[in-house]
Parts: sequence; structure tokens; C-alpha cells
Amino acid sequence: MATVALPTRLKDAAIAAGLALVLAIPFIGLFTVSTDQGLVVNSRWSWVAWAVGLVFAGRLLLGAGRDALAARANRKNNEHIDLTNHHKNNRILRGIAIGFVVFIVPVFFLIYGGASGIQIILALVICLLIGFFLDILGGFVLPALKKVDRSSVGTRLTRAFMVAALLFAVTLPFMPYSDRYIIDLGTTVLIYILLGLGLNVTVGLAGLLDLGFVAFYAIGAYSFALLSKFFGLDFWVCLPLSGLIAAGFGVLLSLPILRLRGDYLAIVTLGFGEITRIVILNWQGLTGGPNGVSGIPRPGLFGLSFERRPPEGMVSFHEVTGIGFSGEHRLMFLYLIVLALVCLAAWVINRLRALPVGRAWEALREDEIACRSLGINPTASKVSAYAIGGMMGGFAGCFFAARQGFVSPESFGFIESALILAIVVLGGMGSQVGVVIAALFIVMLPELGREFADYRMIVFGLAMITIMVWRPGGLLSTRVPTVKLDQKGA
Amino acid sequence: MDASALGTFLQYLINGLTLGAIYGLIAIGYTMVYGIIRMINFAHGEIYMIGAFVAVTTFSLLASLGVTAVPLALLLVLLVSIFFTAAYGWTVERIAYRPLRGAPKLAPLISAIGMSIFLQNYVMQTQGSRPKPLAPVMNGGITLWNGDGFTLSISYIQLFIILLTLVLMLGFTQLIGRTALGRAQRACEQDRTMAGLLGINVDRTISLTFVMGATLAAVAGVLVTMYYGVIDFYIGFLAGMKAFTAAVLGGIGSLPGAMLGGLLIGLIEAFFTGYISGAYKDVASFSVLIAVLVFRPTGLLGRPDIEKV
Repeated sequence: MATVALPTRLKDAAIAAGLALVLAIPFIGLFTVSTDQGLVVNSRWSWVAWAVGLVFAGRLLLGAGRDALAARANRKNNEHIDLTNHHKNNRILRGIAIGFVVFIVPVFFLIYGGASGIQIILALVICLLIGFFLDILGGFVLPALKKVDRSSVGTRLTRAFMVAALLFAVTLPFMPYSDRYIIDLGTTVLIYILLGLGLNVTVGLAGLLDLGFVAFYAIGAYSFALLSKFFGLDFWVCLPLSGLIAAGFGVLLSLPILRLRGDYLAIVTLGFGEITRIVILNWQGLTGGPNGVSGIPRPGLFGLSFERRPPEGMVSFHEVTGIGFSGEHRLMFLYLIVLALVCLAAWVINRLRALPVGRAWEALREDEIACRSLGINPTASKVSAYAIGGMMGGFAGCFFAARQGFVSPESFGFIESALILAIVVLGGMGSQVGVVIAALFIVMLPELGREFADYRMIVFGLAMITIMVWRPGGLLSTRVPTVKLDQKGA
Repeated sequence: MDASALGTFLQYLINGLTLGAIYGLIAIGYTMVYGIIRMINFAHGEIYMIGAFVAVTTFSLLASLGVTAVPLALLLVLLVSIFFTAAYGWTVERIAYRPLRGAPKLAPLISAIGMSIFLQNYVMQTQGSRPKPLAPVMNGGITLWNGDGFTLSISYIQLFIILLTLVLMLGFTQLIGRTALGRAQRACEQDRTMAGLLGINVDRTISLTFVMGATLAAVAGVLVTMYYGVIDFYIGFLAGMKAFTAAVLGGIGSLPGAMLGGLLIGLIEAFFTGYISGAYKDVASFSVLIAVLVFRPTGLLGRPDIEKV
């Protein structure tokens, strides 16, 4: 394929600029202002000129870049005709590299946060090195133990990444650069990871689209809030209860939709999310309506409280341990709780994937009719997928309520559902590492751009589109089968 | 039933029909796009919001230019709004959905959600986040019945909305049923590859589908601006969701289904608000939808989906 001539590119860019002009006139060029005499139209034509110029230049550059890439790919294709395997490995490596790059985002962010950048990068690099070292070590030790290590380069790298990420996450709150803000943000990221893991069961593994996942989050949060308000139960009792209640609602939701497929599922689940929110908003007597529920008790550690003045019947942490009181201890404790929850959830889901029920989910995702003819019960699989996914959402909600000390319906709008779904899809459906990376991305991106607070949601929307167009299967799009037939016979 | 109760009932019916007409117009955009490329165009609600904003700007501009004749102003606003909104509809498809043709099913959905977030914030940044109040364009109405302590009336604007919607829907059915474009559109809906092999420009047909959907959404935007007299950058979300519900209720992919679904949702809302409570009207719509889907999994007028192995 020959490089496209410059005049063609210029014409293309001119068309794009013309379109940009049309689009810009009514919104960038003209705007209305409310005055005493009604709406008055003002104009800012210089902005339009800028927009049109930017689109022209951008389109031209994009075209040129695409040409250059095409030319290179062309040359490469001629050089190596048959190196399919090599390409596959490259793809996996690229996926990991991308994961790494996205993982670097928090580092930049930490530098913005005012911490010493070198320390942070060092910590991250050490974590990654340890991860890779452990993986290489595993490569030597495992074969000795199990005769053969069947895992491919991709899974080994993924595992290394997981180990590194876990190390980084566990040590984060104890690092010298960690302040209130960073720990708090880390907690938010972990909540979204937990939510993503839950939704990943329904959407990624079982292939059931869910646009109302936030309902389970809300149900978990309100379960804890109300149980503690009316019955005085504490966090550790409510955590399993919230999960169970949310799972119960998951079962309830799954019943009417067993026969539905694809996009009908989408609207019913969306409706379920909205119904939950509206009921919470309007049932003043129980939920406090728009005012929400406040005064939710903080979790304690085996009867130790992290407050300066512990509630009756509890002893405070700083008195027992003799460490001076600091508000940060509570934040660190919350962070560690949610980290433990995330690890537990990831482990449980991983184990479930190896059980018949987990395999049935994935089989269901691939082909429902084949499943049914092989004697898998699709009803039981669907119900269990919603229940397990909902339970994770419930845990996340319960923790969210404990962390905030206050819940209101505002936190549970449709946009939350959309963000959680975006985490699952952007990460690559069914991939747990993908969920981690995408959650970092979704939470960090709006935080990074706090200087451009006004424009960050615009950038956020654009970034979602760009990533999807660039990698339609998600950042880590290799779908790893749970069961693989050994070519030589097991 | 005494006269007063009957009158109240009829008043709710008129309000419900007006609302339903608007939902129906937006729902057609959802249903056509779904029919042709099997994706939920989550940004369609924002397209309608863009139509409403163009309408507000154009109305204000015309007022400052001294165009006061209502029919002329209305015609101009409709044309301008349709033009710009259609341009937005076309661009959205070109940027966010066309590169994703043949991608995994959820990719365009996420891209659409991203587009929706982008458009909402773009309008908020360029036009301001405060609601835009517009001076009433069409005043007055017809009193249909008066006496016994209540009046039954239909305002000119309600009449206009219902009539315009009727005309548009009739015209649209003709467009899809009779013209070459409609034939190409239906062919692509059945089998895109085959249609392409037979010489239909599939990309162009899909683009035109988006333009048609945006056109109807723009009309809905203009009508809503005139009906409520106030809009903000957030109206697209709720209206989009209602219209989407309407499209699914009627059977997504079916044009008469979208119109029927829109009317039903409008009527349910009006009657539920009138007789029971406004706070739970959306719960009522969604509950009806779920109940219908339990018994007819493909909506009221949707064709049953035959699954092939």
C-alpha cells in the first residue's frame, strides 16, 4: 500500500475542519446568558477559529501518523512472512507493557501530591523487580516440584505483575510519602476494584450484561447503615449480612430476566438500579430520603476503636498500643480492610472459576444452547452469577458506608454503574488484572486533572472513547481459558 | 363516573399523550440504530439535549433580530436545530461507533457511555450549568369543556406537539416503507454483508440512520423547549432513559413498537402522577416494562428472536 499523497490528506483535513466549524458554531461560537430581559446571545468567534484550526492540524497529523505506521507495517510484512508465534508473544508483551504504563500513572500522581518522586519510583521499581524475580524463581522451582510448568510467558508476566502490584498495595500506607490524601485515594481505588471484580463475575465470566450494578452497592451500604441505626450492629457483623442481603436481591433480580437476552437484560438491570435509587430517595421513613443516614459507626479492630474518644464499651487503639493518637491510623486501617476484602474476593472468584459453577458461567457466556444440550442448568448458573456478583457489590457498599460514616442516594446514580461497567470492559472482560488496571485508570484520571477541574470530565469521556477505539477488547484482551486441552494428551 | 372525574381523566390523557409523543420521537432513534447495528446508542439522549440547546439559542437569536411571527420563527428554529443536531448525530457515529464495527459487543456500548459523558460536559462547559429559561413561544389554548368547577383544556402547544408527532411518524413510516433509502435501511437491518454485496453502501446507510434518528431527536428537543420553557445540560439523561425504556417496551428494532412504547410510557407517567404519586412514576414505568418482558421477552411488537445454532 503506497503512502497517501499529501493533497488527499489536506483535503481530508479540510473536510474535518469544515465539519468542526459546523459543530462549533452553535455551542462554542454562540452561547446564551440569562439576564433580566430573558436570554441574551453572546458570541466568541475566536474560540471557533481555534477549534477549527486544532481539528485541521490534528486530522493532518493523525493521517500522517497513520501513513507512517502503515508503511512500516508494510515493510515488516514483507520481511517476515511467517512469524505468527512471534507476533502472539509480542502482543502479550505489549499488553503487559501497557499495563505497566498505566500502573505508572499513580506515580506521576504521587509526585503531583507533593511526595518525593524518586522515593516513589524507587518503591515501584523495587516492587516490580521483586515481582519479576519471584516469577523467575518460580520458573526454576515449580518445574522441579511439578515436573512441568505449563504456564505461558503471558500468564507468568501477569503473575509477576500481580505480585508486584500486591506488594506495592500492601506497603503503600507505611511508606514515608503516604499522607492522608494518598491513603484515601488508594481506598477509593480498592473499592472500585472490589466492585469491578463483582461485576466481572456477571458480565465478564457469565456474559450477562448488567447496567444497574450500583443497586447492589447501594443495598450493601444501606444494609449496614440501617442495621447499625436500628439494631446497633457493628461493622464486622454487618459485613457478611450486607453481602447476603445484596446476594438475595441478586437472586430476586435474576428471576424475571432468565428468559431475556442481551440488550433486554441491559434495560431491565438499568431499571432495577433506578428503582432501587428512587425507592431509597423517597422512602423517607426508613432511609431518610435525600438526607441520607449519618452517624454510621466506624469499624474497630477486635474491640479496639480508632477514635480519639472511643464509644462506650470499647478501648481505643492508641491507648492499648501506646502509639500516639493519629487520625491517619484509622485511614490506614480502613485501607487494609478493603485491601484484604479485595484479595479475598479475587481469590474466591479465581477458585470459583475452577469449580463446576464457574466453568458453567464461562460456558454460558460462549453458547447457551450448547450449554443446555450438555446438561448444564442455565437457570442455576445465571442465578448464582448474579448472586455472587451482587454479594461483592454488597461488601463494597458496606465498606463504603463504614468509611464515609454517611450514605445518601446521591452516591448511587447511574453514572456509578456506567463507571463500574467501564472498569470491566476497559480492563478486558474476564481479566482480573484488567480490572485492577482499569480501576486505577478510572479513579486516577479525574484526580490527575484536578488543575483542569472544569475540563476533566470532557477528557474522561474522550479517553473512554479513545481506549475503546484503540483496543476494542479492553487493555488486556487475551481471554485466558480455564481449561486447556493438552495437545499431547493430559 | 361523574363528569368531574371523567374530565380529570381526560386531562391526564391529554398530558400523557403529549409526553408520550415526545418520548416516541426519541425512542425511534434508539430503535432504528439498534435495528441496523444492534447497539444501544447511549448518547442519543444527549443528541436530543443538543437539539434543545440549539433551539434555545436560535429562539433567543431570532428574538433579538426581531423575528416575532410565531410560525416563521418556529419553522426556522426547527430547521436550524435539525441541521446542527443531525451534524452532531453524524459525527458521533463517525468518531465513536464506526471504528468499532465488528468489535466485541460491549465495546460500542462503553464508547457510547464515554460519548454521553463527553457531550454532557461539553455542553455544560460551553453553555453554562445553570438552567436556561425561555420566554413562552406559544400561549393560550382551547377550552374543551367548562363547568362543574373544573375545566378541560388543551393548550396550543400540546396540540402542536401531538399533531407534529403524528405527521412526522406518518411521514417516517412512508420513508422507511416506500423509498429507496428505506429499502436500503431495511436490507441492512436484515443482513449487512448481503446488502453490501448487492451494492448498497452500508456505511452510508448507517450514517443516514443516525442522521434520521438525530432529526427526530432534534424535533423532540425543540418541542420540549417550547413545552417546559426551561432546559439544562442534564435533560438528555433522563429523557434518553425513558425513551430507551419505551423502545424496549415496544420491542426494540420495531418502529411502530417505539411509537407505541413512547405513548404507553407517557400515559403511565401522567396517570401515575395524577392518581397516585409523582415520586414513584419512574418505578411504575420500569415495573410495567419488567412485567411485560417477563411475558413477552422481546417487547410488545418485537419479533421473537429465533436462535440458531
